[in-house]
Amino acid sequence: MLRVCLKGANSAARKCLCGNGVPLHPLQQCRSYTSGGSGSSAGKIVAASVLTMGGGVGGTILYANWDPKFRANVEKSIPYSDQVFGLALGPAAPPPVINKPRKVEPVQISSMSEVWKDSKQPKAKEVQRKAEQPDAEGPPAPAPQETLEEASAQVAQILSAIGEVPSVPAPGTHEAEAVPPPAALKGVPAAAAKCTECEHEPAVKERPEGEVAARLAEQDKAEQDLLTSLSSNLEDALGSTAKVTLQAIGAQEAALQAIAQHTRQLREAMEAEAPPDKKSTQWRVLEDALSERSRSVDEAGAAVLKAKAELDKLRGVIDGAKHLKIAAARPSILAAEENLHSMVVDLDSVVTRVQTAQSEAKIVSQYSELVNEAKAQFQKELNSITPEIQANWKGLTGKLTQDDLNSLIAHAHRRIDQLNRELAEQRVREQIHIDSALEQQKLEDKKALEVAISTALEHNREQMRLEQEKKVEETREVMEAEMRTQLRRQAAAHTDHLRDVLKVQEQELRSEAEEILNSSLMEKETEYRRLTQDQLDSFTLDMNAAYARLKGMEEAIDSHVIAEEEARKAHQLWLSVEALNYTLKTAALNDPTEPLEGAVQAIKESCAEDEFAQALATALPSESLSRGVYSEASLRARFYTIRQLARRVALIDETRNSLYQYFLSYLQAMLLFEKAQEAPPAKLSAEDLDTFKLLSYAAYSLEHGDLELAAKLVNQLKGESRRVAQDWLKEARLTLETKQVVSLLSAYANAVGLGTTMAP
Amino acid sequence: MANEHGQKWDRCLADSAVKIATGLGVGIVFSVLFFKRRTWPVAFGSGVGLGMGYSNCQQDFRSPYQLHGHRVKEQ
Repeated sequence: MLRVCLKGANSAARKCLCGNGVPLHPLQQCRSYTSGGSGSSAGKIVAASVLTMGGGVGGTILYANWDPKFRANVEKSIPYSDQVFGLALGPAAPPPVINKPRKVEPVQISSMSEVWKDSKQPKAKEVQRKAEQPDAEGPPAPAPQETLEEASAQVAQILSAIGEVPSVPAPGTHEAEAVPPPAALKGVPAAAAKCTECEHEPAVKERPEGEVAARLAEQDKAEQDLLTSLSSNLEDALGSTAKVTLQAIGAQEAALQAIAQHTRQLREAMEAEAPPDKKSTQWRVLEDALSERSRSVDEAGAAVLKAKAELDKLRGVIDGAKHLKIAAARPSILAAEENLHSMVVDLDSVVTRVQTAQSEAKIVSQYSELVNEAKAQFQKELNSITPEIQANWKGLTGKLTQDDLNSLIAHAHRRIDQLNRELAEQRVREQIHIDSALEQQKLEDKKALEVAISTALEHNREQMRLEQEKKVEETREVMEAEMRTQLRRQAAAHTDHLRDVLKVQEQELRSEAEEILNSSLMEKETEYRRLTQDQLDSFTLDMNAAYARLKGMEEAIDSHVIAEEEARKAHQLWLSVEALNYTLKTAALNDPTEPLEGAVQAIKESCAEDEFAQALATALPSESLSRGVYSEASLRARFYTIRQLARRVALIDETRNSLYQYFLSYLQAMLLFEKAQEAPPAKLSAEDLDTFKLLSYAAYSLEHGDLELAAKLVNQLKGESRRVAQDWLKEARLTLETKQVVSLLSAYANAVGLGTTMAP
Repeated sequence: MANEHGQKWDRCLADSAVKIATGLGVGIVFSVLFFKRRTWPVAFGSGVGLGMGYSNCQQDFRSPYQLHGHRVKEQ
């Protein structure tokens, strides 16, 4: 019916086309007119296409330059585009890699330093001790409260600190520590290389604590003795010097007093006009004073010399003390120096005072000498003129004659003239004398000034030096105290560290011991268990053997009974399975068999205890039980109609199912010729999954009685062909299933039968 | 299942025939009544009928492959 319609449609279509054949020609004519212009239009077309292509390529390259992802995509999809891009743009930038910052690992280094420190301490201790011996006075005397370990540990810490970080050690200890560090550093790497458990070594090489403590105590005592002796020396020297200096100062003061007194008296004597007897007493007193003065001056001079000697001695002692370089003595040294300086200053001041007084006295004595000289001269002249007149001519005015008076007056006039002349001369020479005197005075003044300046400078310098020393001493004290606190802190840290290390060691050792104990215990236990187990096993074996034999005997007896029972059952089963087989053969050509239910029921009854047979009996599909199955022959006959239909709808599947596809599919079925039957290959390849091939394979296998293979092949159909074959496939499956179960059952029945017959 | 194919075709052709005839009829009626006996409404009507029949046929053949979706309301 369909073909008729199609034919009619085709003819109708053809007629329509022929009817409209005329208008084709003008189009053909028109076409010739456009051929001339076609060249330029072709050129335009070519140009336009080239432009478009170039624009496309250029745009792609530009965008790829801007967007690296796009570039990567294009390179992936278009084969040689990466080369083109490389030519045009240069190589692609690699994707950014996140660099993880390199982590510095200070842990190892610090642990190494820990190990180094740990291993260095005992070595450093003993090296330090060895170094301490020759340099007995070098290291500063630590406070007596510090124990040996603390001191050596402190020094060791200092050494290790020096080894790692440069630090400024205390100045007093510099020489002592400069010696051990090189030795320690040399000794340590070798020691560290040798062994890691250096804490256990010290017992061998260190001196015993008591001895070292005794040595150190000795050293301390020696120092203390030295110190005390030094201080006592200083004190003695100071005392004696002070005494002598005081003496000297006293003597100088006395001299000063004497000079002052003498001067005063001299001045009094010269200025005062006293009666002769008082004058003589005065002169005598003056002489006494003069002698007193000279004596005291001499005394003072001697005392000054002695004092200066003592001061020098004291200075020598101080220098000696300084050379010993004991810090504790320093303050006393400083005090001694200060005292010395003050004494020197006092002495100098007193000496200068005495010198000024002496110079004054000199002036006054010179003046008195001059006056005495003048007086003596006058007396001599008077005596030469008037020999009989005595010195005290004042009381002789009544006794003198006129001549005497005249001569006296003439002498006096002459004297006056002479004096006037002398005066005039003197006046003339006055200026020169004054200048020269001034000059002299200036020179003397300068000298005196220089001397004074130098002494003042000396004193100042000394003062400043003392101050500086004092300051230095103070700062040293402060630094010492600080160093002491730091050392104390380090000692505390060291003890803590030691404590921790010891604790850890204890833990480790304990755990080790426990482990060993546990392992040996376990060993013993397992040994014991094994032995008991062996005994048990052997006993069990014997028992099992006996029991098994007993059981065997019982079973042999039972099995005879069972065997016969089995034989009967097997026979029954076999009979029922034969009945089932027979029902299968009742299939008519196009109808199914009778329902198998009855036969299956019989089987189930006959093998009520046999689980396998029960299972098989229930495994039969329900359709076969209720409706029956088709025979192979009917399936074979049905297959051909199915084949035709499947061929017709070969192109139809889920995606292609329009009516046009149906038309095409029908056309294909009409035009395609395949072999009616073709042997299927052992393995199906992809091209064998074509509908037509599959159908020919299935036909072949059906003809050769292999329903199973045919069903498998038909199962490979796809799309609409599969749908139309579904029915047939279901029926084929049912038949196959039933046949399989039945054959199993019969095989089983045969086997059971065989088995039972073979048993006795 | 094998018969289904044949049944579909029968249905399809019957339906299409009916539709074409109906279309033709309607086209004739319209042509006579409203369009001054032109031919185009007839062709149009039969074309409509053919188209409907074709569409129905296609739908029928496609029906096993059609997926029907249901909107599940969220709760």
